[in-house]
Amino acid sequence: MRFETAGGPHIPAPITVHQVMRDVLLALVPGILAHLWFFGPGILFQLALAIGAALGFEALMLKLRGARLDLHLHDLTAPVTGALYALCLPPLMPWWAAIIGMFFAIVIAKHLYGGLGNNLFNPAMVGFVVVIVAFPNISTTWVPAQSLAENPLNLIDSFKVIFFGTLPDGLTWDAITGATPLDLIRTRISEGIMLTEIRTDEIFGKYGGKGFEWVSIGYLVGGLYLLYRKVITWHVPVAMLGTVAVLTLPAYAMDPYNNPFPLQHILTGGMVLGAFFIATDPVSGSTTPRGRLIFGLGVAILTLSIRRWGAYPDGVAFSVLLMNCAVPLIDRYTKPRVFGRE
Amino acid sequence: MDAQLGERLWRFHGGVRLPHEKPMSLAADPEFAGVPPVLVVPLRQHRGDAAEPVVRVGETVNRGQLIGEAHPGRITARVHAPATGVVTAIERREVIHPSGLPELCVEIETRAGGTDEDLPPLDWQTCDRQALIDRIWEAGIVGLGGAVFPTHIKVDPPPETPVDLLIVNGAECEPYIAADETLMRHRPKDVIRGALMVARATGAARTVVAVEDQMGAVEHILRKTERDLGAEDLQIVKVPTIYPEGGERQLIRVLTGKEVPSGGLPLDVGLLSINVGTAVAAYHAVEHGRPLISRMVTVTGRGIRQPGNFEALIGTPVSYLIERAGGYDDDIRKLVMGGPMMGVPLPHDDLPIMKATNALLGLVDYEVTRKAPELPCIRCMACERVCPAQLLPQQLLWYTQQGDFEQVEAHALFDCIECGCCAFACPSQIPLVDYYRYAKSEIRARAVERARAAHARHRHEVREERLEREQERRARRLQKKREKLRDRKAKQAEIQAAIQRSKARRKSGEESDDAL
Repeated sequence: MRFETAGGPHIPAPITVHQVMRDVLLALVPGILAHLWFFGPGILFQLALAIGAALGFEALMLKLRGARLDLHLHDLTAPVTGALYALCLPPLMPWWAAIIGMFFAIVIAKHLYGGLGNNLFNPAMVGFVVVIVAFPNISTTWVPAQSLAENPLNLIDSFKVIFFGTLPDGLTWDAITGATPLDLIRTRISEGIMLTEIRTDEIFGKYGGKGFEWVSIGYLVGGLYLLYRKVITWHVPVAMLGTVAVLTLPAYAMDPYNNPFPLQHILTGGMVLGAFFIATDPVSGSTTPRGRLIFGLGVAILTLSIRRWGAYPDGVAFSVLLMNCAVPLIDRYTKPRVFGRE
Repeated sequence: MDAQLGERLWRFHGGVRLPHEKPMSLAADPEFAGVPPVLVVPLRQHRGDAAEPVVRVGETVNRGQLIGEAHPGRITARVHAPATGVVTAIERREVIHPSGLPELCVEIETRAGGTDEDLPPLDWQTCDRQALIDRIWEAGIVGLGGAVFPTHIKVDPPPETPVDLLIVNGAECEPYIAADETLMRHRPKDVIRGALMVARATGAARTVVAVEDQMGAVEHILRKTERDLGAEDLQIVKVPTIYPEGGERQLIRVLTGKEVPSGGLPLDVGLLSINVGTAVAAYHAVEHGRPLISRMVTVTGRGIRQPGNFEALIGTPVSYLIERAGGYDDDIRKLVMGGPMMGVPLPHDDLPIMKATNALLGLVDYEVTRKAPELPCIRCMACERVCPAQLLPQQLLWYTQQGDFEQVEAHALFDCIECGCCAFACPSQIPLVDYYRYAKSEIRARAVERARAAHARHRHEVREERLEREQERRARRLQKKREKLRDRKAKQAEIQAAIQRSKARRKSGEESDDAL
């Protein structure tokens, strides 16, 4: 009788990339539900568009590269890229934004760098940054939760807005869109208005932007699920959110009129999504425990700097890409101590 | 005795929890597997040199008779006849070894009758330390936990590194393997006495027997036996079941919080660890004068019809033992010597049981099938989280794939214990250990190549130097001659001298040829 002689371990790993990515998608659900509740059904179209485009480009590139389609489309990494990208967009973004973003994410950032596992930069963030750099006014298409509460857009309305750019009768863009909370803070503070006053604007909720804070809490719940499932480790979220808290608290304590409260920093913009879902991207992140602490710390410092002094209201995407560049260096100098060695 | 020991346990980095599969073979009581018609006894079943055969083909051997003699000063061990019979061949045979290389084996056709050639029993409690060590040597005892290091060397530490704590390792951390657990369940007295005896041989100040928490009643059985035997100075400590806790370094860490230095020995931190089975074998060698001619083997897995634990003679064919366990299940796909994580896959079952064979594991189709095809590494670091050596398995893979072996070594590849945790944790289903084995052999091969090249270069340089020297010397000689010849008188004298020399040579040449 002959037996197979492949080397050990003889029992295979019980987990697969597909399962890991499925967990990530699952973990996004609470955030998506909050998003849906506060910002209407637009996000569903953005998700469908981005995931569809991601899969399309993925299939195209796999074919061009002569790789196995069934294998790689099944790993769910492209849908995760698509979903994370879609969640960064204003929900009423025109349809082509998803296509352009995913082209840069999947074709350029992922496959031209060698495909799964080889991309230097976080694909979703590459796509998002291309779109916000090329179309800087997209952030003005955010529809604040407040105005949506007054003029709710249903599924069909949202569809029309996204695909044809036509608003329901009686509504104008100017009437329903407004600045995001981060935008508002930037512009008003530069006008010399006190934060306490700015925060009286109806787009703010208890801590962050109205609606945004709940979406962030949704991501936090999902992030904790990822920690529980051991898909991510605590290093990046703790380093990133911890750094934000540590750096903004003294500033707030010294001058609460010009510096936002730490929780506000954390619960607005992409901070929580970034901390649990984006800066934790394994491929483009650091591979050592200490390295991941440095990575999270770096993203937090850069994001705060961009929020404070930069030209863009939020900086998570830029910060992540900048820290991606530093990963090989970080990895090199943060090798853990080997067991039994000094 | 130090009461603190065992009260606090430490953690080692990483490790994985594996399904507990030991009960599968523990349902039935252990049995003696019987004497097969033919035994094939390898002469190298241990670390180090092979034993030299001291029997001839056609010779009748008795059970316990020495058939392989070993050099006492070397890392090697003696080999004995497991049963009475006639030596029918001494030749190279395929044995259980990852390399698949054949080893010199003694084939014995067994037959009934004959006398046992056991060694005279010793009283382990009164005889002196050296007598115990000598007996362990005489009986061919080697580590039965898997490393098969000759025990007589292990229990005889150099005086400058005394043993503070002896750890008797009963933490059989791979799933399925239950050979040590069987001994602890069914022969607890031998285990306790063996532990005490080895402690005496090593001069250990303290002794601890470590068992796993998943072994259930074992701890209780040992404690009761300990009380019955009045051996309370022995400590029994239950450790959590996390693979690879049975690994020497990991167990030491858990029990003492100490780390064995990389590339060093447990003795460097005053520790010695010995497997439960080894302690029992050593005890039998002393108390009953029985050389190591059999061992407990777990035959188990879903690919085996009636799993169980068997006391098998060394040299028993694997196929014979499988037959004793009811034969194969139809779905069997892999037969492994050892556990599912680090075991050696067997190509077929026409191989002999050796001193290192703790288990035969039959794995069926669905157990060995990968959950998904292999994908590229996504750098998720699941491997880093489970690595007990605290390495960066992902970086090792990356540099191995790049062929950058300098970086592979810089990332401490040789601290890898090949436990397989990384591969078991890998969502991309990458057979990481295969890559590390490849990298290790590649680095070793390159080192040999480098040494050879260095040697050749050295020889070349020496030759060049020699040729240069000769040339110089010749040039100098010529120069001298020329200077001499400038003087006419001297020239004449020189010519005369040359003629004289030539004459003398011719003359002596006539007398004897070898003058030339």
